[in-house]
Amino acid sequence: MNNEWPIWEIFIRSKNGLEHRHCGSLHAADAEMAIQNARDVYTRRQEGVSIWVVESKEITASNPSKNGEMFEPAADKVYRHPTFYDLPDEIKHM
Amino acid sequence: MLQEKLYEYLLHLGDNSMILGQRLGELCGHGPELETDIALTNISLDLFGQVRNYFQAAAQIKGGDATEDTIAMLRYEHEYKNVYLVEQPNDDFAHVIVRQFFFDVYHQLLLNELIKSKNETLVAIAKKSIKEVDYHVDFSSTWVKRLGDGTEVSHEKMQTAVNTLWRYSMELFNATEVEQWAAESGVGPDLDALKPFYISRVEEVLHEATLTLPEETVFQYGAKTGRHSENMGYILVDFQYMQRAYPNMKW
Amino acid sequence: MENKTLSLDEQFQKRIDNGENIEAKDWMPEKYRKTHIRQISQHAHSEVVGMLPEGNWISRAPSLRRKVALLAKVQDEAGHGLYLYSAAETLGITRDQLMEQLNSGRAKYSSIFNYPTVSWADMGAVGWLVDGAAIINQVMLTKTSYGPYARAMVRICKEESFHQRQGYEIMLSLCNGTEAQKAMAQDALNRWWWPSMMMFGPRDEDSPNTEQSMKWKIKKKTNDELRQQFVDQTVPQAEILGLTIPDKDLKWNDERGHYDFGILDWEEFWNVVKGNGLMNEKRLKDRNAAWDEGAWVREAAYTYASKQAEKRAKKTA
Repeated sequence: MNNEWPIWEIFIRSKNGLEHRHCGSLHAADAEMAIQNARDVYTRRQEGVSIWVVESKEITASNPSKNGEMFEPAADKVYRHPTFYDLPDEIKHM
Repeated sequence: MLQEKLYEYLLHLGDNSMILGQRLGELCGHGPELETDIALTNISLDLFGQVRNYFQAAAQIKGGDATEDTIAMLRYEHEYKNVYLVEQPNDDFAHVIVRQFFFDVYHQLLLNELIKSKNETLVAIAKKSIKEVDYHVDFSSTWVKRLGDGTEVSHEKMQTAVNTLWRYSMELFNATEVEQWAAESGVGPDLDALKPFYISRVEEVLHEATLTLPEETVFQYGAKTGRHSENMGYILVDFQYMQRAYPNMKW
Repeated sequence: MENKTLSLDEQFQKRIDNGENIEAKDWMPEKYRKTHIRQISQHAHSEVVGMLPEGNWISRAPSLRRKVALLAKVQDEAGHGLYLYSAAETLGITRDQLMEQLNSGRAKYSSIFNYPTVSWADMGAVGWLVDGAAIINQVMLTKTSYGPYARAMVRICKEESFHQRQGYEIMLSLCNGTEAQKAMAQDALNRWWWPSMMMFGPRDEDSPNTEQSMKWKIKKKTNDELRQQFVDQTVPQAEILGLTIPDKDLKWNDERGHYDFGILDWEEFWNVVKGNGLMNEKRLKDRNAAWDEGAWVREAAYTYASKQAEKRAKKTA
């Protein structure tokens, strides 16, 4: 019988005002335990003020073999960046 | 005189945390999962942190060459004031969790009163410690439920641990002379008044965990006044080893 | 297009050569996957078994300050084991399988933990020498090619930095102490020096995997180079302590700009690797006991979680 505790992905907000960031994984039987374990494993040096946990199997990831079609087309769309536009020097902040 | 009583009272407070912390320390590396090892070690570290606060305060009262370490490690067995409960061995994970839970609920009630103490040092220590202990209660309560209401095997092991350890619970509320002094002088709580809250909180969690308190219990009292169980000598053999074998040295 | 002429293996190697990290879901040669599962899990096992020799002294630490520091250190090792198992798990193996490999004795872990910790000074020597040797390896691995491994190492290195200092400080207190304490420190150094030197593995000529490991950036320097680095950095530290490194051939070589040192006892090395160290059997026995005695706990927590999930599902239905 496979009763191994599932893997959870842990996201920590290091301080208020910042986003949660992925910091690692751990095993836990349920979400409550995952939060407690994350607190003990990943915030024991004051690394966080908020924790999100999500079971790893719930995450859908993009397919790395499609990285070309997924991400490369954005490379030449320079007009999305402010530096694409020429403004006279007199205008300092825009 | 007053200071002497306060010193003794600090020992009551520190010794429970210290011996429980020592028991948890024995487990480090031997738990059922890495995650639980890390969690129980955190609790042990919280407890030893509290011990150091209490005993630094005690060392100041005692003066002379007294330090947190001489107070922690250089007393005779009968001078330790911890309860029977915390000296019980790590028989299995069920005993570890139930022992923790029985102590945590008491500890939380105690600290919630100590933050109102007339003694400022105690207020400061209690304020810091209460946050740690609130978490301990959460942790041990969820584990009591998880294992009580888990499998048949776990239920049985937990019920056995409850039956074994409950007899040591009421000693927590059986005030010694010093604890009575503390209550009367507003330094510490009236332990007897906390007892009904304790029992109802314990019962509440046990009920959710599908566990029950034993119907008839002959409670054990005595460790607080220095009459310890056979366990205590062996705990001290380890705990005092270095200080006894190599006296008067700095580490 | 140039890519069409390259095999998958060659394209893969090119990515590593370009300094790209390989991530869990990327295509990778089977050998890369297997080597990484083996290496990362060995590393994880070493952290977990490594908890035992130091855990052996938690109950007997000589002061409260030393006790909390040691507890925190051993706890960190559990954390490091956990980070590394998680990294290994991204390659398609489970924690249970990894534990089974360790407990059955099929998996290797660092031989250093098969030596006994017999005095308090060993907590100093282990922190100073064993962690010192480990850090040299670990810093190198923060730049390794496999992303999850490299990230685990970054986190581990950040946390490790207190371990070696803690060990050195213990040694320093002993060396500034009484004769008995100094003798304890020297004895610990005598016992841990050579085993620490062995942590870098066999001589380069006996290390057939080095070339492949370098290509995948599991290694940047050879075993002998790393060993030399360890000697060079440790000798002055021993001098500050006033301790003597137990190697009569140890002396500064001006020409090489390095310390020369004596020959390691390779027979002992292979003996301990093969399981004949003083503590091999006991370490595995302890790990097996912890795992077996914890089985009902893991199962109960799993069952409880399933029951709770069912209850929630019924409520929402």
